[in-house]
Amino acid sequence: MSQTSSGHEGGTYAGGVWSWLTTVDHKRIAILYFVAGFIFLLIAGMEGQMIRLQLARPENRLLDPEFYNQLFTMHGTTMVFFAGMPLIIAFFNFVVPLQIGARDVAFPRLNAFSFWVFLFGGLFLYASFFFGGAPDGGWFAYMPLTGSQYSPRTGMDFYVLSLLLAGIGTIAGGVNFLVTILNLRAPGMSFMRMPLFTWMAFVVSALILLAFPPFTIGLVFMLFDRMFDTLFFNAAAGADPLLWQHLFWVFGHPEVYILILPAFGVVSDVIPTFSKKPLFGYPVVVFSGILIAFMGFGVWVHHMFSTGLGPIVNAVFGGATMLIAIPTGIKIFNWIATMWGGAIRFKAPMLFAIGLVGTFVIGGLSGVMHSSPPSDLQQTDTYFVVAHFHYVLIGGTVFGLFSGFYYWFPKVTGRMLSERLGAAHFWLTFLALNVTFFPMHFSGLLGMPRRTFTYAEGLGLETFNLVSTIGAFIFTLAFVPLVLNLWRAWRRGEPAGPNPWDAATLEWTMSSPPPHYNFAVIPEVESRDSLWHPHVDPGHEPGAGDPEPGGVIPRLQPDPAPEPVHMPNPSFWPLILALGLLVVTMGGLLGLRVVIPGVLLTFVGLFGWAFEPTEG
Amino acid sequence: MHGPTSTGIPTRKLGMWTFIGSECMLFATLISTFLIYRGRNVVGPYPEELLNIPFITVTTFVLLMSSLMMVLALAAVQRGQRRASLLWLFMTALFGLIFLTGQYIEFSHFVHEGLGLSRNLFSSTFFVLTGTHGAHVAGGVIWLGTLWILALRGRLSPERAETVEIAGLYWHFVDVVWIVLFTIIYLLR
Repeated sequence: MSQTSSGHEGGTYAGGVWSWLTTVDHKRIAILYFVAGFIFLLIAGMEGQMIRLQLARPENRLLDPEFYNQLFTMHGTTMVFFAGMPLIIAFFNFVVPLQIGARDVAFPRLNAFSFWVFLFGGLFLYASFFFGGAPDGGWFAYMPLTGSQYSPRTGMDFYVLSLLLAGIGTIAGGVNFLVTILNLRAPGMSFMRMPLFTWMAFVVSALILLAFPPFTIGLVFMLFDRMFDTLFFNAAAGADPLLWQHLFWVFGHPEVYILILPAFGVVSDVIPTFSKKPLFGYPVVVFSGILIAFMGFGVWVHHMFSTGLGPIVNAVFGGATMLIAIPTGIKIFNWIATMWGGAIRFKAPMLFAIGLVGTFVIGGLSGVMHSSPPSDLQQTDTYFVVAHFHYVLIGGTVFGLFSGFYYWFPKVTGRMLSERLGAAHFWLTFLALNVTFFPMHFSGLLGMPRRTFTYAEGLGLETFNLVSTIGAFIFTLAFVPLVLNLWRAWRRGEPAGPNPWDAATLEWTMSSPPPHYNFAVIPEVESRDSLWHPHVDPGHEPGAGDPEPGGVIPRLQPDPAPEPVHMPNPSFWPLILALGLLVVTMGGLLGLRVVIPGVLLTFVGLFGWAFEPTEG
Repeated sequence: MHGPTSTGIPTRKLGMWTFIGSECMLFATLISTFLIYRGRNVVGPYPEELLNIPFITVTTFVLLMSSLMMVLALAAVQRGQRRASLLWLFMTALFGLIFLTGQYIEFSHFVHEGLGLSRNLFSSTFFVLTGTHGAHVAGGVIWLGTLWILALRGRLSPERAETVEIAGLYWHFVDVVWIVLFTIIYLLR
């Protein structure tokens, strides 16, 4: 009952809408994640633009305060859950199976399901704009401010329900990638031979699995408090008003590393490729990543220094936070040491990677500044914090993702991008980041509060804010070369060939785009940088039929496949199941008459899935 | 499409173990909240007035015995004993149902005595914690019912015993969670 194929058969991406709705191919799901995540990124970017327009001058009345609250809430929530994470998971999907020598992820249908619930969660969240207004309690949605007493509108219900729905897909994705990396590695692909991107995907999957459940439960408590009048966050009934903050940040801080470690993984693959040197101190970089993830669970209180938990607690968490700078710094130095003495090529992926090394350090250092509680008390809820996390999230995550975008685009599409337009995109983004967010350090230190829709004249904030707003427009401008580049690649991009960058890892051994079965022959891995170490057959007699002289066996995959490859069938059950859960979620607002059909549809999806004669 | 796996553990089984790891954090969060809110109730009824330990001990025993039934069911499926498979799968699901009935009786007793969901911190945490566990048991019962129908149709051959083993992993996990919940809710004073 499986699809069998020996050739390309019209390419990996051919087929109509139905083929995309039912796909279980990790490469197609990656593209779905990327497109959807990118659209959410643009929407959230526009929300950011509107925030900056409102703050361009003092006493501005462009937006009313209620709408401003919705904008910053949606900007943050979208960027973290519906742009940052799906874009990261898009890269996991495309790259991880190829880097470990697998033909797909461990559970292909679960993978499709993860995508659909993420998409439905995001659409559901945005439906709030049309039904009584968007959530307005901030992306960390502090209870009891977001409880029914102080947020009686349905906005926060949309927040809770959409994140619960999308969270199911995220946890399923965590299971999927952890198992994929544990179980589907090609022969010889030991853990210490895995490319760094795959390593970080592994670490991040573990973080997702451990960090999302506390948040899920926090959301369930919030949902019950709002809908059934339970008392989880009701101080009058004896509840701890800080419970939400603990539950949120015990998730929220690991979430920061969920967003940054994949970017570190990209850069750890890109810098060696474009320096033509193996990664300096590979094991140390790996263990630093693990250490960052581990320590990330022990520092959440640094988001709560101003709540007054006492000097001992603050000192312990402040110290732990400072310690994280050590493994992070190790990575920075390893990247610099990798570049040292290398034959560096300043291609677009490398520009973004070097950009990350520089700007992430700025954001990291301001992070060390507010790891100290006395200093943090001055900076909490000011624009200084906004400057800090935009430096790490844009200078880190976004730069890392763009680096990966330019790096793997030829593999994904089979076309090259223009280097000139890529460089223009990088420099404009780099400029925009610094022009927008560097002044926020100063407006923040002058005391400008976050999440306040305007500020008074004469406080010395005018210039800084105007410059920040101008920077925000440069961000928009930066998308022009990107769009032109995509259009150019679509029209007349040069064919990429299997390995345009002369990179070392397994994803560069097959044609671009890869055939839908990825590997015609499952490779045998003998070293960390496979393609840089040609395999020489000692007993080889040189002859006329040799693909390469000297007994060198080429690492490239044969094309077409010598034997038929069995791949899982497409399935529409993941979509049905996700639709069922979407209807249940809608029922959270519309009542039992919607929940019941939703539950029925969910069961139809579950049983259809379980009894479909295929694996995964 | 899957040949031998890198770890030697079947992929679906490893998936279940991974999921269970995540579930541990889910219950850990619920349990922490329950413990933090112990004894902070402003109004009654208080737990010590209502908790019926002998009754719950019986349903706990039934749930634990269901794990034994699960082990017997797996052994029967692995040996290809169809009638025994049907019997033990049925018994596992039945014991799960008895446990759920006990929970229903307990819940309605509490509500009848004025301890509704939003009465005090104990009721809020108790109902959400044990309700989440009960939902897990209910999911397991549905899963077992599905396996039972498969066995009835002769589709649970020894080669497919892994499916039963994975359901068993889940079922035992849910039991182990109950042991923790029973201890902290009913026994700890």
